[in-house]
Amino acid sequence: MKSFEEILELLKSNFSGENDISSSKEGTEDIINVSPSMIKEVSKFLAQTGDLNFDSLILLSAVDDENGEKIKQEDESIDITGGTLSIYYHIESVKLVHKLILKVSVERENPVTISVSSVWGCANWHEREAFDMIGIIFNEHPDLKRILLPYDWEGGYPLRKDYRNPEFYNGMKVPY
Amino acid sequence: MGFLDKEFTQDNIVVTNLEALLNWARLSSIWQTTFGIACCAIEMMATSASHYDFDRFGVIPRPSPRQADVIIISGTVTFKMATRIKRIYEQMPDPKFVISMGSCSNCGGPYWEHGYHVLKGVDRVIPVDVYVPGCPPRPEALLEGLLKLQEKIRNESMIKSA
Repeated sequence: MKSFEEILELLKSNFSGENDISSSKEGTEDIINVSPSMIKEVSKFLAQTGDLNFDSLILLSAVDDENGEKIKQEDESIDITGGTLSIYYHIESVKLVHKLILKVSVERENPVTISVSSVWGCANWHEREAFDMIGIIFNEHPDLKRILLPYDWEGGYPLRKDYRNPEFYNGMKVPY
Repeated sequence: MGFLDKEFTQDNIVVTNLEALLNWARLSSIWQTTFGIACCAIEMMATSASHYDFDRFGVIPRPSPRQADVIIISGTVTFKMATRIKRIYEQMPDPKFVISMGSCSNCGGPYWEHGYHVLKGVDRVIPVDVYVPGCPPRPEALLEGLLKLQEKIRNESMIKSA
């Protein structure tokens, strides 16, 4: 079992890039921020290093940070430009009984990161859900398509804060 | 239906008109499509089970929509499912009936405002005969919905326009 500080030290000594690894505190949780281009390498390191052995991805979830510039539209709805979307990875070592939270922030206008489904198999569907709901694109994903909404859905990404319902879907009226 | 309760001690004649006889036969054997969507389906199953006994009204779940008279839309109709519901409905032979069970399929229910994936009422894709309110409706409510449907069938006419 390793503490958060020990894991952070290990990561910092192995990934020396300028903005690759940093730590922050959100609420009561310590979080390791990873740059989008490094997430796969960092995940591989965490999963395969003997005394870290993070063998399980508990969950992967995407969040709209809502920190861009908000422009109010005529119909009271908002449009957001700039800012970030974030992905949280909760990982655990079942064997060594320690947990860790990783966070990757991507730009709202260009939400691209790298898939970790080659490291943890269950990330496959989680990443598809993040793509479906928030619109994050995971490069190197084996099968990145919508998972919950219909495959031919063109109404956008419904869990984004500036989402607006389309008028129709396949001839069916959408608003109440 | 009263005369069926009494025992026939000898051969007898019953006088009725054809329309009433046909309607009585149809309303007494409304076969339903085996089809459930969400939590309302659990109530629907409870209605079918021994305590409430849907079978005593002649409602038998059929494994194919091609053998069914009624489809009970029991739950939240998502856009993905709405496409399938329409298809199942089109496979049913005429005359066919639809019972919309619960708030979700009546009007979208709790998803009416923020449910980006929910069709706000199944009557936007197929015609509904009886709406049963509730979230979910108790089995008694569904039974009353069925009685309403029977009433509708009883008053149908082949000759007179509706």
